[in-house]
Amino acid sequence: MMPIPWRVAERWDETADTFTVALEPSRPGEPPGFKPGQFNMLYAFGAGESALSISGDPSLPGRRLHTVRKVGTVTSALARLRPGDQVGLRGPFGTSWPMTDLKGRDLIFVAGGIGLAPLRPAIYHALRFRADYGSIRILVGARSPADLLYAAELANWQEIPGVFREVTVDRGTAAWNGHVGVVTKLIPPLPLDPGNSAALICGPEIMMRYTATALREKGLPAAAIHVTMERNMKCALAHCGHCQIGPHFICREGPVYPLDRIAFWLTQREV
Amino acid sequence: MTSLEPVLRQHPFFAGLDDAALTLLTGCARNVRFAPGQPLAREGRSADVFYLLRTGRAALGIPSPRGGTITIETLDAGDVIGWSWLFPPHLWQFDVTAVSEVHALALDGLCLRGKCEADPRLGYDLMKRFSRVMAARLAATRLQLLDLYRAGPHDFPSPEPP
Repeated sequence: MMPIPWRVAERWDETADTFTVALEPSRPGEPPGFKPGQFNMLYAFGAGESALSISGDPSLPGRRLHTVRKVGTVTSALARLRPGDQVGLRGPFGTSWPMTDLKGRDLIFVAGGIGLAPLRPAIYHALRFRADYGSIRILVGARSPADLLYAAELANWQEIPGVFREVTVDRGTAAWNGHVGVVTKLIPPLPLDPGNSAALICGPEIMMRYTATALREKGLPAAAIHVTMERNMKCALAHCGHCQIGPHFICREGPVYPLDRIAFWLTQREV
Repeated sequence: MTSLEPVLRQHPFFAGLDDAALTLLTGCARNVRFAPGQPLAREGRSADVFYLLRTGRAALGIPSPRGGTITIETLDAGDVIGWSWLFPPHLWQFDVTAVSEVHALALDGLCLRGKCEADPRLGYDLMKRFSRVMAARLAATRLQLLDLYRAGPHDFPSPEPP
């Protein structure tokens, strides 16, 4: 599958090591839509290709946002992009947050660090089709206040009726009046109806495991908990096996899984 | 004067405690209020109470040698603050400061220690409740120590292959 050229329309920093690029198709024609939770393969010319979750609004398929953390050669090359530059794009790939199946339910979004990026399209969707869902709770954990993604949006979401938003950081500052502590601590006080709620979690695997445990202790069944898995994806076509975890090819069968399907592999070592 | 027994009964920390024990504990409880910035406890001072938060937020911190306090975690309505009253030398290990206006119940540790010594059943029940809180806080602190959100050995996001 060949990369298609897309043009950088905008680029801005989110935090000291994380930025967002807004891409628009370089070629005329309607770009393919995407579902919340899916990812693209972005090709930085001369550097290589990287799998990156889509962080933008699924109702705007012609403006593809990717929030990227600089962790290596490709993402550092992407960080140097400026408006007008081109990238190669393949995708979208993978499974999505099951927003249709979750209609009528209370939603609990739990994000850790840059895990808020793959969740944001689902949050946009739930807010756009507000009447389709019950209450919306957005719980966000970050390393420090300076590492919080989408700070302005987090503030806005808090003002929306029926939306409960809590943010916690591992390390506070003198100016920080919010929670300090791990994101799992926000779960026990949550009033929730386990029979009519669903959780969508994205973050480091350890964080997702403990978050899922805290939600299970509140009575939420594993089938109502959805996680998105992070692995090195290379081909995105379930051919190369780089993203394989046990029998699962994350690029094709994931990245979004119901917990009951992937829970066993979350606790296995060195897979 | 209104009894604090219903307030104690509603606090999650004392969920399921029997009536006799609640009556005993009520005798050691009083309502307290702290304005933002006001200390609930200071490291090294005598720990003669513990608090059950009813509303507001308090920060648990360690005074920094360079001034100010490093906040380790925050505690909110439904949380319990302080177990130093249980163990010698009965001194606070941390600073506790109100972040917002805090309404809490303060339970007199000296009074409670006496009641626990006289009634081991009550003492064991209280010990179990505090142990649960300690275990949960320890688990949370361990996770916090992992510094999970930094780019690095925890691989989130995954490092790119060379």
